[in-house]
Amino acid sequence: MRHLLSAADLDQPQITEILDLAEEMSLVQGRAVKKLPALRGRTVVNLFFEDSTRTRSSFEIAGKWLSADVINISAKGSSVSKGESLRDTVLTVAAMGVDALVIRHHASGAPWQASRWIDAHVLNAGDGTHEHPTQALLDAFTIRRHFRHFVPDLSSFEGKTVAIVGDITHSRVARSNVLLLNTLGAEVILVAPPTLLPAGIDSWPVLVCTDFDQVLPHADIVMMLRVQRERMSGGYFPTPREYTIGYGLTRPRLELMKPGAAICHPGPMNRGLEISADAADAANSLILDQVAAGVSVRMSVLYELLGGAE
Amino acid sequence: MSGTGMPQAWPEDARPGVAGSVTSRVVMEADQIARACARMAHQILEANRGADGLVLLGIPTRGVPLAHRLAKVMDEIEGVRVPVGALDVTMYRDDLRRQPTRAVGRTDVPVEVEGSTVVLVDDVLYSGRTVRAALDALGDLGRPRVVRLAVLVDRGHRELPIRADHVGRDIPTRTGEHVSVRLTELDGIDQVSIEPAGNPDHGEA
Repeated sequence: MRHLLSAADLDQPQITEILDLAEEMSLVQGRAVKKLPALRGRTVVNLFFEDSTRTRSSFEIAGKWLSADVINISAKGSSVSKGESLRDTVLTVAAMGVDALVIRHHASGAPWQASRWIDAHVLNAGDGTHEHPTQALLDAFTIRRHFRHFVPDLSSFEGKTVAIVGDITHSRVARSNVLLLNTLGAEVILVAPPTLLPAGIDSWPVLVCTDFDQVLPHADIVMMLRVQRERMSGGYFPTPREYTIGYGLTRPRLELMKPGAAICHPGPMNRGLEISADAADAANSLILDQVAAGVSVRMSVLYELLGGAE
Repeated sequence: MSGTGMPQAWPEDARPGVAGSVTSRVVMEADQIARACARMAHQILEANRGADGLVLLGIPTRGVPLAHRLAKVMDEIEGVRVPVGALDVTMYRDDLRRQPTRAVGRTDVPVEVEGSTVVLVDDVLYSGRTVRAALDALGDLGRPRVVRLAVLVDRGHRELPIRADHVGRDIPTRTGEHVSVRLTELDGIDQVSIEPAGNPDHGEA
């Protein structure tokens, strides 16, 4: 594997390999010395053109725990704010001899473009409304662990139903998750108001439903998406209150969930909008597990890309 | 001596590695492996004056079932259950950059290694590089009081100043040859054989 640009690049054995390795990586958190020497002498640059807390910091921790040198560059405070183009920024960073570039950009396809300009490995850490493959991997890791409480050796998600609820149109998390969950064999149901379903949704390998209450009793995993206020200027729904009534995971809706089902949210949460505090802090909420999985999964991906010979 | 094509027990006094051999030769059969394990288990207990503070850590892949076998013998002798674990050393190897990304094995250390007597268990001792990696991996888990090394086969050709404390069998080999250890738990048969140069199928230590 040279780059990680899309969840569609991964087949089921590759996903299983990454998740199994992430299980091993997760043991590092409990050790006396939280460090493995595998990427000693490698340099990873986090190039973030968009704000991020958990993705950037977990890539940083992941790189450091594998002994790579990690440098963070964010658009604010760099030459990007002086008007440097993406291409020049990427070429400049690559010219310093880095081994991997982790890119987050507001334009869909930016990491793919970058991968054509430079020799270093490129990891997509979220591009516009396109994809966020490591988020999908950490979600799959968290969901697999949850399922394994019931079936210890489970690796395929065959027969499982995952409902992804909210702003599908603008969500790169939803796109990557649809692709990855589909590869793993899960049935994916997208739940959203018609205004937040993207054009061409008919060609996706999913079921689509606009009635949350009808889907809830069938879902093994309920994945709530953040309402992206920064992208909500287009009048997609009348008021936040109405959104919550139709598509928020409220306390009454918790009662509709199937026994054993769990709640996911990629964060950051708008408590009281798409998810109630009762749901976010519920016993079957996996939200903090997702955060913890972020480091392990990103360690696994960095090792897969950088761990061997060039 | 070689050339019959049939696996056969190799006489104790015959030197393996005779020039010109092209077929694989069996050098240890199931009963010999069992006796070697029993002896090593006794030796480990003797050197440690019992089972106090002992931890057996197998190096994947075949060191792990061997560690379990040693623990089983110790249980039979002393009636104590010595903790057994697995210590994967892949990410500590010095040859990571020389080949495609290596698959990482399981690490499962059941007890604190801090202050304990750790016996590293592996199938074949060769260059010593795996053991060096294992010592580094162990150091990141804690500081054992003592670390010992037990191997089923010592085939020579060390590249580092490392030796084993407990050896099942010394088997002289030539550099190009490959020592193949098969264990019932993983391979359906207990057998050690020497494969001629040219088809290494798993890296030995």
